[in-house]
Amino acid sequence: MSSPPNHSPNRWFKALRRNRHGELCLKTVELLNRSRAAFQAGRTAQDSFRLGQLEALVRMLVEHECDFVDALGRDIHKPRFETVTSELMMVKNEALYAISHLKKWMEPQHLERNLATALDNCMILSEPLGVVLIIGSWTYPVQLCLVPLVGAIAAGNCVIISPSETCPHTTELLHRLIPAYLDNECYHVVLTGPSEVPDIVDLKFDHVFFSGSKEDGIKVAQAAARTLARVTLVLNSKNPCYVDKQCDINTTARRIAWARFHNAGQSPTAPDYVLCHSDVKESLLQALKCVLHQFFGPDPRESRSFGRLVKEESFSRAKDLLLRSDKVVVGGQINEAEKYIAPTILMDVVESDPVMQQDVFGPILPILTVKDVEEAIAFINAREKPLCVYAYSRNSKVVSKVMNETSSGSFCSNDSVLQSLMAGLPFGGVGSSGMGSYHGRYSFDNFSHKKSCLLRSTRIEFMTYLRYPPYEERNMNLMTLASSLTQRSHGWCTIM
Amino acid sequence: METQEQVINRLRKSFQSGVTLPMEFRLAQLEALQDLLQENEQQILDALHKDLAKPSFEAVLSEIDMVVNDLCYTISNLPKWMQPDHVAKNLATKLDDCFVRREPLGVVLIIGAWNYPLQLVLLPLVGAIAAGNCAILKPSEISQATEQLLSELVPKYLSQACYAVTCGGAENTKKLLENRFDHIFYTGSQRVARNILQAAAVHLTPVTLELGGKCPCLVYGQLDMRAAGRRLVWAKFFNAGQSCVAPDYVLCTPQTLKELLPAVQEALEAFYGVQPEKSPDLGRIVTDRHWSRLMEMLAKSEGKVEIGGESNREEKYIAPTVVVNVKDSDVLMQEEIFGPILPILTIESLEEAINFINNRDKPLALYVFSDDTQTVTTVLESTSSGGFCSNDGIVHMCLPGLPFGGVGASGMGSYHGRWGFETFSHRRACMLRGWGLERINVLRYPPYKDSNLGWLRWATMEKKKTWRGCSVM
Repeated sequence: MSSPPNHSPNRWFKALRRNRHGELCLKTVELLNRSRAAFQAGRTAQDSFRLGQLEALVRMLVEHECDFVDALGRDIHKPRFETVTSELMMVKNEALYAISHLKKWMEPQHLERNLATALDNCMILSEPLGVVLIIGSWTYPVQLCLVPLVGAIAAGNCVIISPSETCPHTTELLHRLIPAYLDNECYHVVLTGPSEVPDIVDLKFDHVFFSGSKEDGIKVAQAAARTLARVTLVLNSKNPCYVDKQCDINTTARRIAWARFHNAGQSPTAPDYVLCHSDVKESLLQALKCVLHQFFGPDPRESRSFGRLVKEESFSRAKDLLLRSDKVVVGGQINEAEKYIAPTILMDVVESDPVMQQDVFGPILPILTVKDVEEAIAFINAREKPLCVYAYSRNSKVVSKVMNETSSGSFCSNDSVLQSLMAGLPFGGVGSSGMGSYHGRYSFDNFSHKKSCLLRSTRIEFMTYLRYPPYEERNMNLMTLASSLTQRSHGWCTIM
Repeated sequence: METQEQVINRLRKSFQSGVTLPMEFRLAQLEALQDLLQENEQQILDALHKDLAKPSFEAVLSEIDMVVNDLCYTISNLPKWMQPDHVAKNLATKLDDCFVRREPLGVVLIIGAWNYPLQLVLLPLVGAIAAGNCAILKPSEISQATEQLLSELVPKYLSQACYAVTCGGAENTKKLLENRFDHIFYTGSQRVARNILQAAAVHLTPVTLELGGKCPCLVYGQLDMRAAGRRLVWAKFFNAGQSCVAPDYVLCTPQTLKELLPAVQEALEAFYGVQPEKSPDLGRIVTDRHWSRLMEMLAKSEGKVEIGGESNREEKYIAPTVVVNVKDSDVLMQEEIFGPILPILTIESLEEAINFINNRDKPLALYVFSDDTQTVTTVLESTSSGGFCSNDGIVHMCLPGLPFGGVGASGMGSYHGRWGFETFSHRRACMLRGWGLERINVLRYPPYKDSNLGWLRWATMEKKKTWRGCSVM
């Protein structure tokens, strides 16, 4: 595809989309075939190739930082600080982490030998899968495409990236930059809309990586089922946050407010709602009011640190919720033209309130009251398993209780979001919040196949004759005896 | 008589009560499973013989002992596996505790197959129990005697609140799949696997698929032909060829073929005598339908039956058969054989063999017989498969330290030993933060300042060595 004309990428994008759907698929098929040919030719096999690509990716982010800041600013009004920290730095650090560890990750994992396998070589090899499809999301349009890309490249795959069409400037930028920095046969960017995604998945990839809503995740999983493609799904969910009566209220308020209101509330890992112990609900509210003032000033609309909503539908939904709710205690101001919603807090919310019945992608924080940690845990467990569970408490027993008695993709106490940013920790969902995980080494493993290898020699028939027919009781007893002697950590093989 | 839904709800309630969480409970159940196998060996052997005419020797090794070994391995290692993995700390996180916990998923469904009717249901169960889940077992209805036995014995030994066996055919399974499970483990065919994946997608249930495929076996270059012949014959005709990891077809040069055939013939006679039909050590085909399928394939094949070819319908017997002059388009090369028929195709070079293999679906297992390490390494690195074994067959799946599973069309996910435990667990990332270091945290809060950005960048920048940091602290 040629580079876009000088006028608004929005118009160019819309023109592109007016093409018949069939043409889009054809283009993707062509790119898929090219990637597959490149993969089969062994282009991505060597560590030197993969390292080169990862280094090029880092250069791309460094050299075009301003372009990314600009694009994200235009698409989703993201403050420069947030773009640099949560989008660019995140990808860069993952790439650098992969670069330092790649050689080690690529090494075969040798198994401890035992008596039967003393003369054999047993190991697990990490192999690339082939061609991977990465479907990005509008919440973090750069990071949600490029962090999985780092893992897919490191694992030796070819990749087709489908960034979100909701962010036309960012998508256009990726579409222009990726071919300029990465290998043109192995990595491609395609432009699709959400309704076309299942058709693209149907084209048969070796792995599909998707982040987004649960409904779209199901469609992707169903399409992948038709071709037996593996999937990793990182799905949006309502993340609960328990605030205990024993906590440092000011710090709690600051950390929750930061997590909830950055990216104007459009973050899959943000605490979605607070379950506050009745003893501290008033002080939490006061502390939050204070913190919001510190963060965004008297009028957040004037603050350069506060974003806007991206999607028309999320904005309408959030607006609707606010207008119908009589529980707004902080914020609630709306500006339709800017898709602005002020940082808003709802108090004394109950489960049946509309705000608790749907995912709210916006700067709205409902606070529900609970009488103790048991009530909070029961509330959390009655709902779908979320991406994250948070608990704020000084009491380590309370923290352990919440951690042990709930299930979620990840857990963090006394802070939020950070657990998803550590390269040493896996990031992913469970149950309705998804399957599979990535970040750091987990990305490499996610996009690899672990092949079990046993290398034997024909020259030594050692004890093998025991297993051949004609079957004799005596031989069977010998073999059973031998295996029972070492049924401990060495994992004796019955039929050696 | 409970309905499927009632059983699932009951198991879910048990799971939610937390009864499967303590290590003591899991160990007790694993030990009970061991008792089940050791106290009922004869009954198990009888059932397997009834279903597949499985010789006791094969049944003990490949069904009972495999599960018992995995049980012992799991029992000894469970305390270690249940420990959280701590992540190395760095300057920013030194006051925090970061680790990965393994948590059970909930209620899992294990669907077995008929070729190893006991092992394919109980081996995944070992992993499911070890990981702290409740489980529903659905043994194959084709191997009826084993299905019946499992439905009697499992409730006798294992906690009825947490584990159940459900029986029935395809209709029943379809209904079962309308329910929501926390993981589905399926061994069987690609066609059914697609349906299972579709049903699972609606509930966002993760699935492990152990599927078949045609496992290629390359015999190339210098090697001890007699030993290779023995191992190949053993792997191919074990369980009358009805193993998902049996070598499905052989690739070799015409020269090698000249030496391979006599070696195979010799091994067959040594193992099963000159009249294999009379040998008690050769199994039978599981059903009439499968017997007919195999006989039809053989009849339609354009290759030449070099060894064997005899059959007996009443006994569901097919002699160990070797077919040569087979081409890629032959009926024997169109689907997984899953029987005692071994086609041999000739190739001229190693490259041709590798291209041949790579033009087909990724198989569950790939075999190479050769003394030349370079040949073995080249094939290992130029092809992809679930597992790989040189100079032997099947045995690579018997080591609990190695994951057993497919890739591409041969499946997804793996199990055995620790891998079973991991398959049925959720790896949850946990970060326990303290209240200190708020002064550093301040750097990330609004109002955003460029100077703060500078500090954050400096503090969290990857140093290209042992960075284990967090992007935004």
